[in-house]
Amino acid sequence: MTARDWLLTDTPGSRRQASFGHWYRNWLAFRGNPLAMVGFAIVLALILIAVLAPVLPLQSPTLQSLSTRLQPPGAGHWFGTDELGRDILSRVAWGARITLTIVIMVVVIVVPIGLLIGTISGYIGGAVDVVLMRVTDIFLAFPRLILALAFVAAIKPGLESAIIAIALTSWPPYARIARAETITVRNADFVKAARLQGASPFRIIWHYVVPLCTASVIVRMTLDMAGIILTAAGLGFLGLGAQPPTPEWGAMISTGRDYLLDQWWVATIPGIAIFVVSLGFNLLGDGLRDVLDPKRS
Amino acid sequence: MAGETTATGRAAAAWQPRGAEIAYEVFRFLGILILTLIGLIFITFLIGRVVPIDPVLAVLGDRAPPEAYERVRQELGVDLPVYQQFWIYLMKVIRGDFGTSAMTSQPVLYDLGQFFPATLELATAATLIGVVIGIPLGVVAATNQGRWIDHVTRVIGLVGYSIPIFWMGLVGLLVLYSWLDLVAGPGRLDIAYDGLVEPITGLITVDSAISGDWDVFFNALSHLILPASLLGYLTLAYVSRMTRSFMLAQLNQEYILTARAKGMTERRVVWRHALGNIVVPLIAVVALSYASLLEGAVLTETVFAWPGLGLYITRSLFNADMNAVLGGTMLIGAIFVCLNVFCDMLYRLLDPRARA
Repeated sequence: MTARDWLLTDTPGSRRQASFGHWYRNWLAFRGNPLAMVGFAIVLALILIAVLAPVLPLQSPTLQSLSTRLQPPGAGHWFGTDELGRDILSRVAWGARITLTIVIMVVVIVVPIGLLIGTISGYIGGAVDVVLMRVTDIFLAFPRLILALAFVAAIKPGLESAIIAIALTSWPPYARIARAETITVRNADFVKAARLQGASPFRIIWHYVVPLCTASVIVRMTLDMAGIILTAAGLGFLGLGAQPPTPEWGAMISTGRDYLLDQWWVATIPGIAIFVVSLGFNLLGDGLRDVLDPKRS
Repeated sequence: MAGETTATGRAAAAWQPRGAEIAYEVFRFLGILILTLIGLIFITFLIGRVVPIDPVLAVLGDRAPPEAYERVRQELGVDLPVYQQFWIYLMKVIRGDFGTSAMTSQPVLYDLGQFFPATLELATAATLIGVVIGIPLGVVAATNQGRWIDHVTRVIGLVGYSIPIFWMGLVGLLVLYSWLDLVAGPGRLDIAYDGLVEPITGLITVDSAISGDWDVFFNALSHLILPASLLGYLTLAYVSRMTRSFMLAQLNQEYILTARAKGMTERRVVWRHALGNIVVPLIAVVALSYASLLEGAVLTETVFAWPGLGLYITRSLFNADMNAVLGGTMLIGAIFVCLNVFCDMLYRLLDPRARA
């Protein structure tokens, strides 16, 4: 019996085999979608570059060399150099770390908050539900970038403030999704059975409801990442995100602006990086949605 | 779901809400609107409080004697409990008092009136561009599902969702203004034309057309076209994608089959029957994208030196002018909230399926 047969069997012998088989089938469906695979490759490349940036044969992203400033793309510097003679290829690669940090941090903050509020709201219902959902709606109706702007301005410009500001306005959709999923399973037989056995509400939410929300939350998360990246880059462009000399892509575009007419590559190349990565997350998200959440596509 | 829409006649009947329902929805709408606006004011109040600047010292300067410090502290209400401070703040905002801008020395409300028309002009032009192209594109994509036009629409949408607008603006300026010289550069007018037209509405294209000053009109249009097209592209991406999915849902309904079986032309089936049934959700989509354009204009205005609210907010921000920042945030936020809540009401009022 090959591994494939073991995974695709109709009569799995153990829980683990069934679960692996389930994921393998999803992977097969996902693999059949070329655009989704392109997105997957882009995101994988982003992660690899971000992780490997320190060991890749690159110059330091902050090494200045004023004698070779504003060099066009060529053999020595594939993407050219910026106004302080720093290698743009290296800065873009290190910038991947910043972008990935922002995206992961926002998700780490936002998803638990959304899950917590949504599942409690859906499971308990009644007045708790009304109040929590009203608060969620209020946050949902807020303009994201502007609030982030005001918030960052009030604290202090920087990476941490940008992350908190984006997180502050990003959690409501997750609460909504979690609530909708919770309501559909709240009165299912397996939940009732658990309740009769004396499981606490906390245990039911954590062990029975939350696992069922994961598919929708993962899809939503992936599709959200492009928006998070664009907002973070926008804040960086305005000078409110990561501060120099951090190689943040939005901030790089902002400095490249002054040299746009004669040295187009300084501003253009980080923009292409932002575009490619956002596109990757969008393609991956669309593909995951087709596989994990067919009723919504 | 199919119940209301199987026959156009029945669908039309179901679309007429009764008086009591309208009254209920309007009250609900007003309640939610007020609650959300208070929430918005509360958030801006909190943001204003976490600023690491002593508001008293900001008024008096560092060398003020302790008596003066104490007097101003009481005048500003800084010594009161937080809920009382919020109440005072709320009352001020309701009266339209956002304080004075440290940068321009004018009341913030007056400044907002000066800067808002430019943003309004930009966002309106962008929405027009996006809707006029986006809706037909979405319809055509849906009726040609899987063919090349559908794929093109999908790519347009994907790119629109993934591209940083400020970067697109810079590249647009570089190529269309600097290299090809097809459009005018940053700003709303060339300096030579500045101040020639009396502001009536504050929208330069409208004002110059009213007074028949066509030189100014074409110059303003040439400045407007690039930023408006770029913002319009974002609208187009969103609107065409939503139109496509709404249309696909309609085209699978039985009333479409009935209409076709009756021998109705395909054009009438698509553009009258199917499109007619998605007008309500489409209005909601357009209103929402309009709201997000007012917001998205912040980045575009920075790139194009467009003297609108976005530029006002960001400039104030770098001058630590918190009154101006919060006033601008509140204005854009309030418009955003109103459009959002309004769409929700429109949806529930006109589309019986949303109330289920």
